[in-house]
Amino acid sequence: MAERERRLAAPPSGGEFQARTRVMTSDDVSRAVRRMAHEILERNHGADDLMIVGLQTGGVDLSRRLADDIREIEGSEVPVGSLDATMHRDDFGLRPVMPEAATEIPGDPSGKVIVLVDDVLYTGRTVRAALDAIHSYGRPQAIQLAVMVDRGHRELPIRPDFVGKNLPTRRDELVDVHDAGVDLGDVS
Amino acid sequence: MSAMRHLLSMADLDRDDIEQLLNLTESFTEVSARQIPKVPALRGKTIAWLFYEDSTRTRLSFETAAKRLSADSMNFSVSSSSVNKGESLRDTVETISAMGVDGIVVRHSGAGAPHRITQWTDACVVNAGDGWHQHPTQSLLDLYTATRHLGDLDGRRIAIVGDIKHSRVARSNAIGFAKMGAEVTFVAPQTLLPPSLEGWPVKVTHDLDEVIEDIDICYLLRMQLERQEQSVVPTLREFHEEYGLTAARASRLKDDALIMHPGPMNRGVEIAGEVADRPNAVITEQVTNGIAVRMAVLYLLLGSGLDLVDERADVA
Repeated sequence: MAERERRLAAPPSGGEFQARTRVMTSDDVSRAVRRMAHEILERNHGADDLMIVGLQTGGVDLSRRLADDIREIEGSEVPVGSLDATMHRDDFGLRPVMPEAATEIPGDPSGKVIVLVDDVLYTGRTVRAALDAIHSYGRPQAIQLAVMVDRGHRELPIRPDFVGKNLPTRRDELVDVHDAGVDLGDVS
Repeated sequence: MSAMRHLLSMADLDRDDIEQLLNLTESFTEVSARQIPKVPALRGKTIAWLFYEDSTRTRLSFETAAKRLSADSMNFSVSSSSVNKGESLRDTVETISAMGVDGIVVRHSGAGAPHRITQWTDACVVNAGDGWHQHPTQSLLDLYTATRHLGDLDGRRIAIVGDIKHSRVARSNAIGFAKMGAEVTFVAPQTLLPPSLEGWPVKVTHDLDEVIEDIDICYLLRMQLERQEQSVVPTLREFHEEYGLTAARASRLKDDALIMHPGPMNRGVEIAGEVADRPNAVITEQVTNGIAVRMAVLYLLLGSGLDLVDERADVA
Protein backbone atom coordinates (compact mmCIF):
# COMPACT_ATOMS: atom_id res chain seq x y z
CA MET A 1 0.00 0.00 0.00
CA ALA A 2 2.70 2.44 0.92
CA GLU A 3 4.55 1.37 -2.19
CA ARG A 4 1.51 1.91 -4.30
CA GLU A 5 0.82 5.26 -2.71
CA ARG A 6 4.32 6.36 -3.39
CA ARG A 7 4.25 5.28 -7.00
CA LEU A 8 0.93 7.01 -7.52
CA ALA A 9 2.42 10.14 -6.12
CA ALA A 10 5.35 9.91 -8.46
CA PRO A 11 5.66 12.19 -11.48
CA PRO A 12 3.97 12.99 -13.78
CA SER A 13 0.89 12.89 -11.55
CA GLY A 14 2.54 13.99 -8.33
CA GLY A 15 5.79 14.93 -6.70
CA GLU A 16 8.41 13.31 -4.56
CA PHE A 17 7.92 11.66 -1.19
CA GLN A 18 9.64 13.43 1.69
CA ALA A 19 9.85 11.78 5.06
CA ARG A 20 9.04 14.12 7.96
CA THR A 21 8.91 11.93 11.07
CA ARG A 22 10.27 8.50 11.86
CA VAL A 23 7.27 6.99 13.67
CA MET A 24 8.72 3.49 14.19
CA THR A 25 12.35 2.36 14.19
CA SER A 26 13.32 -0.99 12.75
CA ASP A 27 13.45 -2.34 16.34
CA ASP A 28 9.91 -1.08 16.93
CA VAL A 29 8.81 -2.88 13.79
CA SER A 30 10.52 -6.11 14.89
CA ARG A 31 8.82 -5.94 18.29
CA ALA A 32 5.46 -5.28 16.66
CA VAL A 33 5.94 -8.25 14.33
CA ARG A 34 6.79 -10.42 17.34
CA ARG A 35 3.69 -9.26 19.22
CA MET A 36 1.44 -9.79 16.18
CA ALA A 37 2.84 -13.30 15.73
CA HIS A 38 1.89 -14.05 19.34
CA GLU A 39 -1.57 -12.53 18.83
CA ILE A 40 -2.16 -14.57 15.68
CA LEU A 41 -1.23 -17.77 17.54
CA GLU A 42 -3.33 -16.81 20.54
CA ARG A 43 -6.40 -16.01 18.45
CA ASN A 44 -6.14 -19.21 16.42
CA HIS A 45 -5.05 -21.51 19.27
CA GLY A 46 -1.82 -22.41 17.50
CA ALA A 47 -0.60 -22.53 13.93
CA ASP A 48 -2.68 -25.42 12.56
CA ASP A 49 -4.63 -24.57 9.42
CA LEU A 50 -2.93 -21.17 9.17
CA MET A 51 -1.82 -19.75 5.84
CA ILE A 52 -0.14 -16.36 5.64
CA VAL A 53 -0.59 -14.33 2.48
CA GLY A 54 1.26 -11.06 1.91
CA LEU A 55 -0.27 -8.46 -0.37
CA GLN A 56 1.97 -7.36 -3.21
CA THR A 57 4.13 -5.54 -2.83
CA GLY A 58 4.30 -3.98 0.64
CA GLY A 59 2.96 -6.94 2.60
CA VAL A 60 5.22 -9.65 1.22
CA ASP A 61 8.30 -8.99 3.33
CA LEU A 62 6.15 -8.57 6.44
CA SER A 63 4.36 -11.87 5.81
CA ARG A 64 7.69 -13.71 5.73
CA ARG A 65 8.78 -12.10 8.98
CA LEU A 66 5.52 -13.07 10.65
CA ALA A 67 5.96 -16.66 9.47
CA ASP A 68 9.56 -16.69 10.75
CA ASP A 69 8.47 -15.49 14.19
CA ILE A 70 5.62 -17.99 14.32
CA ARG A 71 8.11 -20.76 13.54
CA GLU A 72 10.39 -19.60 16.37
CA ILE A 73 7.56 -19.31 18.87
CA GLU A 74 5.51 -22.35 17.98
CA GLY A 75 8.04 -24.52 16.18
CA SER A 76 5.74 -25.19 13.27
CA GLU A 77 6.03 -24.22 9.63
CA VAL A 78 3.24 -22.05 8.24
CA PRO A 79 2.75 -21.83 4.45
CA VAL A 80 3.46 -18.32 3.15
CA GLY A 81 2.22 -16.90 -0.13
CA SER A 82 1.82 -13.64 -1.96
CA LEU A 83 -1.17 -12.11 -3.66
CA ASP A 84 -1.49 -9.44 -6.32
CA ALA A 85 -5.09 -8.27 -6.22
CA THR A 86 -4.75 -5.77 -9.07
CA MET A 87 -7.26 -7.52 -11.32
CA HIS A 88 -9.93 -7.24 -8.64
CA ARG A 89 -9.53 -3.53 -7.94
CA ASP A 90 -12.44 -1.11 -8.23
CA ASP A 91 -10.62 1.81 -9.80
CA PHE A 92 -10.31 0.62 -13.39
CA GLY A 93 -10.76 3.57 -15.67
CA LEU A 94 -9.89 6.06 -12.95
CA ARG A 95 -6.17 5.54 -13.04
CA PRO A 96 -3.66 3.20 -14.70
CA VAL A 97 -3.88 -0.25 -13.16
CA MET A 98 -1.17 -2.75 -13.98
CA PRO A 99 -0.36 -5.98 -12.15
CA GLU A 100 2.57 -5.45 -9.82
CA ALA A 101 4.07 -8.80 -9.08
CA ALA A 102 3.56 -12.50 -8.81
CA THR A 103 0.75 -14.25 -7.01
CA GLU A 104 1.68 -17.47 -5.33
CA ILE A 105 -0.88 -19.19 -3.15
CA PRO A 106 0.79 -22.18 -1.46
CA GLY A 107 -1.84 -24.87 -1.88
CA ASP A 108 -5.61 -24.84 -1.71
CA PRO A 109 -6.84 -22.21 0.78
CA SER A 110 -10.14 -24.06 1.29
CA GLY A 111 -10.68 -24.80 4.96
CA LYS A 112 -7.63 -22.76 6.01
CA VAL A 113 -7.47 -19.64 8.13
CA ILE A 114 -5.87 -17.04 5.89
CA VAL A 115 -3.99 -14.18 7.49
CA LEU A 116 -3.75 -11.39 4.91
CA VAL A 117 -0.76 -9.14 5.55
CA ASP A 118 -0.15 -5.62 4.31
CA ASP A 119 2.14 -2.83 5.39
CA VAL A 120 -0.37 0.04 5.52
CA LEU A 121 -4.15 -0.06 5.86
CA TYR A 122 -5.74 3.09 4.46
CA THR A 123 -9.00 3.18 2.50
CA GLY A 124 -9.48 -0.59 2.67
CA ARG A 125 -9.93 -0.91 -1.08
CA THR A 126 -6.87 -3.07 -1.61
CA VAL A 127 -8.08 -5.43 1.10
CA ARG A 128 -11.52 -5.57 -0.49
CA ALA A 129 -9.89 -6.56 -3.79
CA ALA A 130 -7.74 -9.14 -1.99
CA LEU A 131 -10.81 -10.71 -0.34
CA ASP A 132 -12.33 -11.17 -3.79
CA ALA A 133 -9.09 -12.51 -5.23
CA ILE A 134 -8.59 -15.08 -2.47
CA HIS A 135 -12.00 -16.55 -3.18
CA SER A 136 -11.02 -17.46 -6.73
CA TYR A 137 -8.52 -19.91 -5.23
CA GLY A 138 -10.92 -21.60 -2.85
CA ARG A 139 -13.15 -21.04 0.18
CA PRO A 140 -11.16 -20.34 3.34
CA GLN A 141 -12.57 -21.13 6.76
CA ALA A 142 -11.80 -17.56 7.80
CA ILE A 143 -9.76 -14.57 6.67
CA GLN A 144 -7.97 -12.30 9.13
CA LEU A 145 -6.08 -9.10 8.45
CA ALA A 146 -2.70 -8.06 9.85
CA VAL A 147 -1.19 -4.64 9.05
CA MET A 148 1.88 -2.85 10.31
CA VAL A 149 0.26 0.60 10.24
CA ASP A 150 -3.42 1.49 10.39
CA ARG A 151 -3.58 5.09 9.25
CA GLY A 152 -7.37 5.48 9.26
CA HIS A 153 -9.59 7.05 6.56
CA ARG A 154 -11.43 3.84 5.75
CA GLU A 155 -13.88 4.00 2.84
CA LEU A 156 -15.24 0.48 3.34
CA PRO A 157 -16.42 -1.48 6.38
CA ILE A 158 -13.10 -3.24 6.88
CA ARG A 159 -11.06 -3.43 10.09
CA PRO A 160 -7.76 -5.11 10.89
CA ASP A 161 -7.45 -8.03 13.36
CA PHE A 162 -3.79 -7.43 14.16
CA VAL A 163 -2.18 -3.97 14.10
CA GLY A 164 1.45 -2.95 14.52
CA LYS A 165 0.65 0.69 15.16
CA ASN A 166 -2.38 2.91 14.95
CA LEU A 167 -1.21 6.12 13.31
CA PRO A 168 -3.56 9.10 12.95
CA THR A 169 -2.80 10.83 9.65
CA ARG A 170 -4.13 13.47 7.31
CA ARG A 171 -5.24 12.32 3.89
CA ASP A 172 -2.53 14.29 2.13
CA GLU A 173 0.21 12.61 4.15
CA LEU A 174 1.97 9.41 3.14
CA VAL A 175 3.16 6.50 5.23
CA ASP A 176 6.26 4.64 4.11
CA VAL A 177 7.15 1.26 5.61
CA HIS A 178 10.70 0.21 4.75
CA ASP A 179 13.65 -1.70 6.15
CA ALA A 180 14.76 1.00 8.57
CA GLY A 181 11.30 1.53 10.06
CA VAL A 182 8.21 3.57 9.32
CA ASP A 183 8.18 7.18 8.14
CA LEU A 184 5.38 9.69 7.95
CA GLY A 185 5.84 12.34 5.28
CA ASP A 186 4.39 14.43 2.52
CA VAL A 187 4.44 14.60 -1.21
CA SER A 188 6.00 17.78 -2.48
CA MET B 1 4.95 2.19 -20.50
CA SER B 2 3.28 3.33 -23.61
CA ALA B 3 -0.41 3.36 -24.30
CA MET B 4 -1.57 1.37 -27.28
CA ARG B 5 -4.96 2.08 -28.77
CA HIS B 6 -5.04 -0.79 -31.23
CA LEU B 7 -3.09 -3.92 -32.00
CA LEU B 8 -2.82 -4.15 -35.76
CA SER B 9 0.67 -5.32 -36.64
CA MET B 10 3.84 -6.50 -34.97
CA ALA B 11 5.52 -3.68 -36.87
CA ASP B 12 3.77 -1.17 -34.58
CA LEU B 13 5.33 -2.61 -31.43
CA ASP B 14 8.83 -1.95 -30.23
CA ARG B 15 10.80 -4.32 -28.07
CA ASP B 16 9.64 -2.64 -24.84
CA ASP B 17 6.00 -2.98 -25.86
CA ILE B 18 6.49 -6.68 -26.59
CA GLU B 19 8.27 -7.26 -23.29
CA GLN B 20 5.53 -5.42 -21.43
CA LEU B 21 2.91 -7.64 -23.07
CA LEU B 22 4.87 -10.80 -22.29
CA ASN B 23 5.20 -9.74 -18.62
CA LEU B 24 1.51 -9.04 -18.46
CA THR B 25 0.86 -12.46 -20.01
CA GLU B 26 2.71 -13.99 -17.08
CA SER B 27 0.12 -12.47 -14.70
CA PHE B 28 -2.72 -13.87 -16.75
CA THR B 29 -1.14 -17.30 -16.94
CA GLU B 30 -1.39 -17.27 -13.15
CA VAL B 31 -5.05 -16.20 -13.33
CA SER B 32 -5.77 -19.07 -15.73
CA ALA B 33 -4.30 -21.54 -13.25
CA ARG B 34 -6.70 -20.56 -10.45
CA GLN B 35 -9.58 -22.72 -9.30
CA ILE B 36 -11.88 -20.00 -10.61
CA PRO B 37 -9.96 -18.53 -13.56
CA LYS B 38 -11.90 -15.33 -13.83
CA VAL B 39 -11.16 -11.75 -12.82
CA PRO B 40 -13.46 -8.72 -12.98
CA ALA B 41 -10.93 -6.55 -14.81
CA LEU B 42 -13.05 -5.85 -17.90
CA ARG B 43 -16.45 -5.86 -16.22
CA GLY B 44 -18.82 -3.63 -18.15
CA LYS B 45 -16.71 -3.62 -21.32
CA THR B 46 -18.18 -5.00 -24.53
CA ILE B 47 -16.16 -6.64 -27.26
CA ALA B 48 -17.50 -7.41 -30.72
CA TRP B 49 -16.18 -10.32 -32.73
CA LEU B 50 -16.05 -9.49 -36.41
CA PHE B 51 -14.89 -12.66 -38.12
CA TYR B 52 -15.17 -12.49 -41.89
CA GLU B 53 -12.98 -15.56 -42.28
CA ASP B 54 -13.22 -19.01 -40.78
CA SER B 55 -11.51 -19.50 -37.48
CA THR B 56 -11.84 -22.01 -34.71
CA ARG B 57 -8.92 -21.70 -32.40
CA THR B 58 -8.30 -17.98 -32.63
CA ARG B 59 -11.92 -17.17 -32.06
CA LEU B 60 -12.38 -19.62 -29.20
CA SER B 61 -9.16 -18.38 -27.67
CA PHE B 62 -10.25 -14.74 -27.84
CA GLU B 63 -13.70 -15.56 -26.50
CA THR B 64 -12.25 -17.51 -23.60
CA ALA B 65 -9.85 -14.66 -22.87
CA ALA B 66 -12.70 -12.15 -22.83
CA LYS B 67 -14.80 -14.35 -20.55
CA ARG B 68 -11.95 -14.77 -18.09
CA LEU B 69 -11.72 -10.99 -17.93
CA SER B 70 -15.50 -10.70 -17.38
CA ALA B 71 -16.05 -8.72 -20.58
CA ASP B 72 -19.34 -8.98 -22.44
CA SER B 73 -19.21 -10.02 -26.02
CA MET B 74 -21.27 -9.23 -29.05
CA ASN B 75 -21.37 -12.11 -31.42
CA PHE B 76 -21.43 -11.51 -35.07
CA SER B 77 -21.52 -14.26 -37.57
CA VAL B 78 -21.06 -13.22 -41.14
CA SER B 79 -23.21 -15.99 -42.55
CA SER B 80 -26.32 -14.93 -40.63
CA SER B 81 -25.84 -11.18 -40.71
CA SER B 82 -26.67 -8.29 -42.97
CA VAL B 83 -23.36 -8.83 -44.74
CA ASN B 84 -25.28 -11.36 -46.78
CA LYS B 85 -27.68 -8.61 -47.67
CA GLY B 86 -24.79 -6.64 -49.07
CA GLU B 87 -23.89 -4.41 -46.12
CA SER B 88 -20.43 -2.91 -46.49
CA LEU B 89 -17.66 -3.39 -43.93
CA ARG B 90 -17.87 0.27 -43.06
CA ASP B 91 -21.61 0.20 -42.42
CA THR B 92 -21.27 -2.93 -40.34
CA VAL B 93 -18.55 -1.35 -38.21
CA GLU B 94 -20.47 1.87 -37.76
CA THR B 95 -23.59 -0.04 -36.78
CA ILE B 96 -21.72 -2.08 -34.20
CA SER B 97 -20.00 1.04 -32.88
CA ALA B 98 -23.35 2.78 -32.54
CA MET B 99 -24.44 0.02 -30.19
CA GLY B 100 -21.54 0.95 -27.95
CA VAL B 101 -18.62 -1.42 -28.04
CA ASP B 102 -15.26 -0.88 -26.41
CA GLY B 103 -13.29 -3.29 -28.54
CA ILE B 104 -13.56 -4.91 -31.96
CA VAL B 105 -11.62 -8.06 -32.74
CA VAL B 106 -11.52 -8.52 -36.47
CA ARG B 107 -10.47 -11.20 -38.89
CA HIS B 108 -10.77 -10.33 -42.54
CA SER B 109 -9.41 -11.66 -45.81
CA GLY B 110 -8.35 -8.20 -46.90
CA ALA B 111 -4.92 -7.07 -45.72
CA GLY B 112 -5.28 -3.73 -43.96
CA ALA B 113 -8.98 -4.13 -43.16
CA PRO B 114 -8.37 -3.72 -39.38
CA HIS B 115 -6.50 -0.49 -40.07
CA ARG B 116 -9.40 0.88 -42.10
CA ILE B 117 -11.76 -0.07 -39.30
CA THR B 118 -9.86 2.12 -36.83
CA GLN B 119 -10.88 5.10 -38.93
CA TRP B 120 -14.57 4.30 -38.58
CA THR B 121 -14.86 3.65 -34.86
CA ASP B 122 -13.73 4.89 -31.44
CA ALA B 123 -13.38 1.33 -30.20
CA CYS B 124 -10.01 -0.37 -29.77
CA VAL B 125 -9.30 -2.67 -32.71
CA VAL B 126 -7.43 -5.94 -32.46
CA ASN B 127 -6.30 -7.66 -35.62
CA ALA B 128 -7.02 -11.38 -35.41
CA GLY B 129 -5.60 -11.98 -38.87
CA ASP B 130 -5.92 -9.94 -42.06
CA GLY B 131 -5.25 -11.66 -45.37
CA TRP B 132 -1.59 -12.53 -45.86
CA HIS B 133 -0.58 -9.52 -43.83
CA GLN B 134 -0.48 -9.89 -40.03
CA HIS B 135 -1.65 -11.98 -37.10
CA PRO B 136 -0.06 -10.21 -34.13
CA THR B 137 -1.59 -12.20 -31.26
CA GLN B 138 -0.29 -15.42 -32.83
CA SER B 139 3.19 -13.93 -32.92
CA LEU B 140 2.93 -12.77 -29.30
CA LEU B 141 1.85 -16.20 -28.09
CA ASP B 142 4.70 -17.77 -30.05
CA LEU B 143 7.16 -15.33 -28.49
CA TYR B 144 5.76 -16.05 -25.05
CA THR B 145 5.99 -19.81 -25.55
CA ALA B 146 9.53 -19.54 -26.90
CA THR B 147 10.78 -17.31 -24.08
CA ARG B 148 9.27 -19.61 -21.48
CA HIS B 149 11.44 -22.43 -22.75
CA LEU B 150 14.53 -20.66 -24.02
CA GLY B 151 14.67 -17.49 -21.91
CA ASP B 152 16.10 -14.48 -23.68
CA LEU B 153 15.79 -14.77 -27.46
CA ASP B 154 18.84 -12.65 -28.26
CA GLY B 155 21.02 -14.52 -30.74
CA ARG B 156 18.64 -17.49 -30.92
CA ARG B 157 17.97 -18.90 -34.37
CA ILE B 158 14.49 -19.60 -35.68
CA ALA B 159 13.66 -21.22 -38.99
CA ILE B 160 10.17 -20.54 -40.33
CA VAL B 161 9.47 -23.32 -42.77
CA GLY B 162 6.91 -23.89 -45.49
CA ASP B 163 4.27 -21.75 -47.11
CA ILE B 164 5.70 -18.31 -46.32
CA LYS B 165 3.98 -16.62 -49.22
CA HIS B 166 0.42 -17.06 -48.02
CA SER B 167 1.23 -16.83 -44.32
CA ARG B 168 0.41 -13.89 -42.09
CA VAL B 169 1.89 -15.89 -39.24
CA ALA B 170 5.27 -15.98 -40.99
CA ARG B 171 5.18 -12.24 -41.60
CA SER B 172 4.19 -11.44 -38.00
CA ASN B 173 6.75 -13.78 -36.52
CA ALA B 174 9.57 -12.58 -38.78
CA ILE B 175 9.07 -9.11 -37.31
CA GLY B 176 8.32 -10.26 -33.77
CA PHE B 177 11.25 -12.62 -33.36
CA ALA B 178 13.66 -10.20 -35.08
CA LYS B 179 12.60 -7.43 -32.68
CA MET B 180 13.37 -9.69 -29.74
CA GLY B 181 16.88 -10.22 -31.08
CA ALA B 182 16.48 -13.61 -32.75
CA GLU B 183 17.90 -14.47 -36.14
CA VAL B 184 15.07 -15.41 -38.49
CA THR B 185 15.47 -17.66 -41.53
CA PHE B 186 12.71 -18.40 -44.03
CA VAL B 187 12.95 -21.91 -45.47
CA ALA B 188 10.78 -22.54 -48.52
CA PRO B 189 10.82 -23.34 -52.22
CA GLN B 190 10.81 -20.31 -54.50
CA THR B 191 7.12 -20.87 -55.31
CA LEU B 192 6.16 -20.47 -51.66
CA LEU B 193 8.13 -17.28 -51.04
CA PRO B 194 6.77 -13.77 -51.58
CA PRO B 195 8.05 -12.13 -54.78
CA SER B 196 10.25 -9.76 -52.79
CA LEU B 197 11.64 -9.86 -49.28
CA GLU B 198 13.50 -6.60 -49.54
CA GLY B 199 13.69 -4.84 -46.21
CA TRP B 200 12.64 -7.91 -44.22
CA PRO B 201 14.86 -8.83 -41.27
CA VAL B 202 15.27 -12.40 -42.51
CA LYS B 203 17.64 -14.75 -44.28
CA VAL B 204 16.31 -17.10 -46.92
CA THR B 205 17.30 -20.62 -47.84
CA HIS B 206 15.74 -23.35 -49.94
CA ASP B 207 17.39 -26.13 -48.02
CA LEU B 208 16.05 -27.17 -44.61
CA ASP B 209 18.87 -29.67 -44.08
CA GLU B 210 21.39 -26.85 -44.28
CA VAL B 211 20.03 -25.11 -41.14
CA ILE B 212 18.36 -27.92 -39.19
CA GLU B 213 21.28 -28.56 -36.84
CA ASP B 214 21.87 -24.90 -35.97
CA ILE B 215 18.39 -23.69 -35.10
CA ASP B 216 16.78 -23.27 -31.67
CA ILE B 217 13.23 -23.17 -33.00
CA CYS B 218 11.79 -25.02 -35.97
CA TYR B 219 8.58 -23.19 -36.79
CA LEU B 220 6.43 -25.06 -39.28
CA LEU B 221 3.65 -23.37 -41.19
CA ARG B 222 0.45 -24.99 -42.27
CA MET B 223 0.56 -26.07 -45.89
CA GLN B 224 -2.60 -24.54 -47.23
CA LEU B 225 -3.97 -27.57 -49.00
CA GLU B 226 -6.65 -25.52 -50.69
CA ARG B 227 -3.85 -23.86 -52.66
CA GLN B 228 -2.58 -27.16 -53.93
CA GLU B 229 -4.66 -26.75 -57.06
CA GLN B 230 -2.50 -23.75 -57.96
CA SER B 231 0.34 -26.31 -58.10
CA VAL B 232 2.76 -24.39 -55.93
CA VAL B 233 4.52 -27.66 -55.15
CA PRO B 234 4.70 -30.75 -57.39
CA THR B 235 3.15 -33.12 -54.84
CA LEU B 236 2.53 -33.02 -51.11
CA ARG B 237 4.68 -36.11 -50.69
CA GLU B 238 7.60 -34.38 -52.35
CA PHE B 239 7.00 -31.28 -50.21
CA HIS B 240 7.09 -33.46 -47.10
CA GLU B 241 10.38 -35.02 -48.16
CA GLU B 242 12.00 -31.68 -49.00
CA TYR B 243 10.52 -29.26 -46.49
CA GLY B 244 8.61 -31.31 -43.94
CA LEU B 245 9.92 -32.02 -40.46
CA THR B 246 10.41 -35.75 -40.86
CA ALA B 247 11.43 -37.98 -37.99
CA ALA B 248 14.96 -38.14 -39.42
CA ARG B 249 15.25 -34.36 -39.55
CA ALA B 250 13.69 -33.90 -36.10
CA SER B 251 16.39 -36.17 -34.66
CA ARG B 252 19.08 -33.86 -36.02
CA LEU B 253 17.66 -30.86 -34.11
CA LYS B 254 19.55 -29.63 -31.03
CA ASP B 255 18.37 -31.31 -27.85
CA ASP B 256 16.61 -28.25 -26.48
CA ALA B 257 15.31 -27.01 -29.83
CA LEU B 258 11.56 -26.33 -29.94
CA ILE B 259 9.14 -27.54 -32.59
CA MET B 260 6.33 -25.06 -33.09
CA HIS B 261 3.27 -24.89 -35.32
CA PRO B 262 0.41 -22.36 -35.36
CA GLY B 263 -2.16 -25.06 -36.15
CA PRO B 264 -4.15 -26.64 -37.56
CA MET B 265 -1.53 -29.24 -38.46
CA ASN B 266 -1.44 -31.41 -41.55
CA ARG B 267 0.31 -34.43 -40.14
CA GLY B 268 2.36 -36.06 -42.84
CA VAL B 269 2.70 -32.85 -44.84
CA GLU B 270 4.66 -30.12 -43.04
CA ILE B 271 5.24 -32.28 -39.98
CA ALA B 272 5.50 -36.03 -39.55
CA GLY B 273 2.74 -37.40 -37.33
CA GLU B 274 5.11 -38.84 -34.79
CA VAL B 275 7.23 -35.68 -34.55
CA ALA B 276 4.26 -33.57 -33.46
CA ASP B 277 3.99 -35.68 -30.30
CA ARG B 278 7.64 -35.41 -29.23
CA PRO B 279 8.33 -33.71 -25.87
CA ASN B 280 10.04 -30.72 -27.49
CA ALA B 281 7.00 -30.07 -29.70
CA VAL B 282 5.19 -27.31 -27.79
CA ILE B 283 2.22 -27.06 -30.13
CA THR B 284 -0.54 -27.61 -27.57
CA GLU B 285 1.24 -25.31 -25.15
CA GLN B 286 1.06 -22.59 -27.80
CA VAL B 287 -2.72 -22.99 -27.77
CA THR B 288 -2.87 -22.77 -23.97
CA ASN B 289 -0.64 -19.69 -23.91
CA GLY B 290 -2.82 -18.09 -26.58
CA ILE B 291 -5.54 -17.45 -24.01
CA ALA B 292 -3.24 -15.68 -21.55
CA VAL B 293 -1.66 -13.62 -24.33
CA ARG B 294 -5.05 -12.50 -25.60
CA MET B 295 -6.12 -11.65 -22.05
CA ALA B 296 -3.02 -9.47 -21.81
CA VAL B 297 -3.78 -7.75 -25.12
CA LEU B 298 -7.45 -7.13 -24.29
CA TYR B 299 -6.55 -5.94 -20.80
CA LEU B 300 -3.83 -3.60 -22.01
CA LEU B 301 -6.07 -2.02 -24.64
CA LEU B 302 -9.36 -1.93 -22.76
CA GLY B 303 -8.71 -2.09 -19.05
CA SER B 304 -5.30 -0.93 -17.98
CA GLY B 305 -6.05 2.79 -18.25
CA LEU B 306 -2.54 3.45 -19.48
CA ASP B 307 -3.98 6.03 -21.85
CA LEU B 308 -4.80 8.05 -18.72
CA VAL B 309 -1.07 8.41 -18.08
CA ASP B 310 -0.49 9.75 -21.56
CA GLU B 311 -3.32 12.23 -21.22
CA ARG B 312 -1.82 13.47 -18.00
CA ALA B 313 1.64 13.61 -19.53
CA ASP B 314 0.22 15.63 -22.41
CA VAL B 315 -1.18 18.20 -20.01
CA ALA B 316 2.07 18.48 -18.06
